[in-house]
Amino acid sequence: MSGVAETPPPDLPCRELVEVVTDYLDGAMTAEQVARVDHHLAICAGCAEVLAQWRTVIAVTGELREADVGAATPAVQRSLVAAFRAAHPPAGG
Amino acid sequence: MDDLSDDQTLVAALRAGDEQAFAWLVQRFDASLRRTARTFVPSQAVADEVVQETWLGVIRGLDRFEGRSSLKTWIFQILINTARTRGVREHRSIPFSSFFAGDGDARGGAAGDGPRYEGAFPESRFRGPDDPWPGHWATPPTPWQPDEQFDRKATLELVREAIQHLPPAQRTVLSLRDIDGWTSVEVCALLEISAANQRVLLHRARAAVRAHLEPSRTEVVA
Repeated sequence: MSGVAETPPPDLPCRELVEVVTDYLDGAMTAEQVARVDHHLAICAGCAEVLAQWRTVIAVTGELREADVGAATPAVQRSLVAAFRAAHPPAGG
Repeated sequence: MDDLSDDQTLVAALRAGDEQAFAWLVQRFDASLRRTARTFVPSQAVADEVVQETWLGVIRGLDRFEGRSSLKTWIFQILINTARTRGVREHRSIPFSSFFAGDGDARGGAAGDGPRYEGAFPESRFRGPDDPWPGHWATPPTPWQPDEQFDRKATLELVREAIQHLPPAQRTVLSLRDIDGWTSVEVCALLEISAANQRVLLHRARAAVRAHLEPSRTEVVA
């Protein structure tokens, strides 16, 4: 049973730690808060696992960037470029 | 061609009527605009129209761009304004003024955030107030199988599903941050929300994606 087999820091329960994982990863914490989280993570396998899962979630979500391309079709591109040409004729042309 | 990733160079090229620069701009942002638009409007078809109108707005507004924000943020501001107008026209009551408002509480409370947030993990996973270690794990999370073991397509499908079910404000923030790779500062500037509120929305969105992935990740893969 991780989190209790050793002595977790009493001032930061796991229930609270799991709600600050994004703050932690965003660097949005004071040095003191970071130290508390680091201390907790070092001795709590459960919360260390949560941090690892958060990183996995961020990584797999990021893969949608390549997967869901769906950019403008050539026809849409052409009509946009035509609209651009009409509004901004080539300089000196 | 000059370095178009530099706003000043790019804007100068666009104002001079450089079609290649404009085509590059469309290439660069169109997919991201479509994805973001979809977080505001009810269908991909409407999202595509909003993006089309956004590009026309960019073309019309180029001469007025003052460089007070980055070109990217300016384009996405046009997108949001277009989506807002569109929402009003279709009598879709997105309360845009309060859409992203919130107080940054870790649990519950933030406005514009859909149903009440119950925490990244159910309350039952933690020890009760009478336990010697209140708030610590009663049932710690089961370690996930290594990522390499999972089929990419199936994983991405699960992530898509989870994102579809997010409240709109969470979906927008997650999409910009974790899919398009925007920084926290950029997202806050675009959506005019506080850094704390932005992180609350992002955290809840990630928690929902995590929960949706969990069942498949804890099974032992043969």
